[in-house]
Amino acid sequence: MSRLFVPKVVTANRLREGDVVYQTADNRWTPFHHEAELLGDEAHAQLRLLHAAAQKLIIVGAYLADAKAGPNGPEPTHFREEFRTRGPSNYNHGKQADFAN
Amino acid sequence: MYSYSDFDEDFVRSRVAQFTAQVERRLDGSLTEEEFRPLRLMNGLYLQLHAYMLRIAIPYGTLSPRQMRQLALIADTWDKGYGHFTTRQNIQFNWPVLTDVPAILGALADVEMHAIQTSGNCVRNVTADHFAGAAADEIEDPRPYAELLRQWSTDHPEFQFLPRKFKIAITGAPNDRAVTRAHDIGLRMHKNAKGEPGFEVMIGGGLGRTPMVGRTVRDFLPLGDLLPYVEAVLSVYNTLGRRDNKYKARIKITVHETGLDEMRTMIETRFAEVRPLFAGNDQALLHDIRAAFAPPAFRNAPIDAYHAFYKADPAFRAWADTNLAQHRNDQYAIVTVSIKAHGETPGDATSNQMRVLADLAETFGHSDLRISHEQNVILPHVHKSDLPAVHAALVQAGLGTANVGLLSDIIACPGMDYCALATARSIPIAQEIALRFKELDLEHEVGPMKIKISGCINACGHHHVGHIGILGLDRAGVENYQITLGGDGTETAAIGEKMGPGFAYDQVVPAIERLVNTYLGLRHEASETFLMAVRRVGLDPFKTALYGSEGTQDAA
Repeated sequence: MSRLFVPKVVTANRLREGDVVYQTADNRWTPFHHEAELLGDEAHAQLRLLHAAAQKLIIVGAYLADAKAGPNGPEPTHFREEFRTRGPSNYNHGKQADFAN
Repeated sequence: MYSYSDFDEDFVRSRVAQFTAQVERRLDGSLTEEEFRPLRLMNGLYLQLHAYMLRIAIPYGTLSPRQMRQLALIADTWDKGYGHFTTRQNIQFNWPVLTDVPAILGALADVEMHAIQTSGNCVRNVTADHFAGAAADEIEDPRPYAELLRQWSTDHPEFQFLPRKFKIAITGAPNDRAVTRAHDIGLRMHKNAKGEPGFEVMIGGGLGRTPMVGRTVRDFLPLGDLLPYVEAVLSVYNTLGRRDNKYKARIKITVHETGLDEMRTMIETRFAEVRPLFAGNDQALLHDIRAAFAPPAFRNAPIDAYHAFYKADPAFRAWADTNLAQHRNDQYAIVTVSIKAHGETPGDATSNQMRVLADLAETFGHSDLRISHEQNVILPHVHKSDLPAVHAALVQAGLGTANVGLLSDIIACPGMDYCALATARSIPIAQEIALRFKELDLEHEVGPMKIKISGCINACGHHHVGHIGILGLDRAGVENYQITLGGDGTETAAIGEKMGPGFAYDQVVPAIERLVNTYLGLRHEASETFLMAVRRVGLDPFKTALYGSEGTQDAA
């Protein structure tokens, strides 16, 4: 019996800057989790991951991260992925500062 | 202090040039990430959670003011204006972009620094007692030996691809401030019956997934045999160490699986082969290195002003009582500058603070700075008459916290705020514990206490050897913290014992508070430290404090 597939987003770090990005449905890399393409089908998710991994001059370490649908777009389900959407908790650095407005 | 030879200079410069070209080839697609990754790691460049991280070695924890200022410049030019001092006597920059890293490495080379062998399965930065060359209890400054080991291990062709990373720590004093028993090789200087100095060699210590206290493989190694013996240890490990399982690849597992006696026989056999090959060049080199570590020209001046100030100023007195250690010269003191202001990130110094420390070292400290594995900065040689001025300048820079060795002098790894390997956060736990006990104004009452926090099982935060150790884990998608008690990183090294079920993030501070209150309630007198009390009464009263008499309260 197949397990229920948990929806995913494709995420990675940018090669030059190292910051966290997400793959959108129109093949952009966005710094915002809510703009990511939410992948509800396992086979499609694998294809989208392959598509991401091929972009070797743009991103590093692409993987599928669990996510869920939210009012403004996909939301992370695990605290690690939540931290990746904003930055560290000890300083106002990373995305939480870069995109404060 | 040791200055690079032409050989060192050429080697570091050529590495910078190589890495510059490697980055270009990565960016133009000539190198894949799989090809590039080991190359960047060889140069200390990691990809972490939010950004790249550059780990720079501070050999045996020693820095000159010029080097400290260059770290400040790097922080301001290519990072976010601060650096993080680590438990391995390294400094980490958390925000460099890949294209700037060659320039950073160039700036490091300008001041005889580098990031080589701060990652990978090689001999890592050799760490040493941060009071080396200054401590009253020291037999001999261990840093010339550490420098000899650094030169020998850097780019050593036989030991670039060991089964796993390899860490060496060295101390020249009987009081172990370098956690030598938690290293792959620990070296502790002591004297034999004839009064000659030599090393006790311990192998197979290490924290992480399988914590073990190092075991003595040689009671007394003559100083002149250091390199051939260490080479013999590494050579046996390189042959025996497991490459089939990353989690069983450290030498501690090799010692455990092979048995100490058999390891010793193999090491001695290999040593007998290797020893004759060291024809004395190492000793000639050591002789030259030693000259670079000659003690400074100590000043001879009255210290009455220090005593008068000590009596008159309670803030200075509190700081002097906690942050000063006994120097071998009675007119001098060793100053530990706390990088643990309450509520700040353990081990983080701003570029401005780095420059203040460099200035103080130059003006008052014989131009010597140290980084401790406890993530503090040391001014090892300060004349006592200068201490009031040093303290005043530190206070102005936010560096005057009087808490060294106390509860808020916490070791914390970067945890899940930065580290890609972490399973939970460490830094905010440290911040909240420090703030809570400041609010209670209790830490001076509590006395000596070492709290150490790791954000994953790899134990960079040394939690196993904390009097109170805290380990952050991911339990079913929630941060959860396991508490250990009774760990000890000194010459009486011990691994802390697990108390029971872990605590939720917001339950850690109350749990620590209950442990501390229990200690205060049961200690015989103020001179019985937390660790002494734990050893006397055992874990039960503390377990009851954590979980109640049922043993299940707060269980997560």
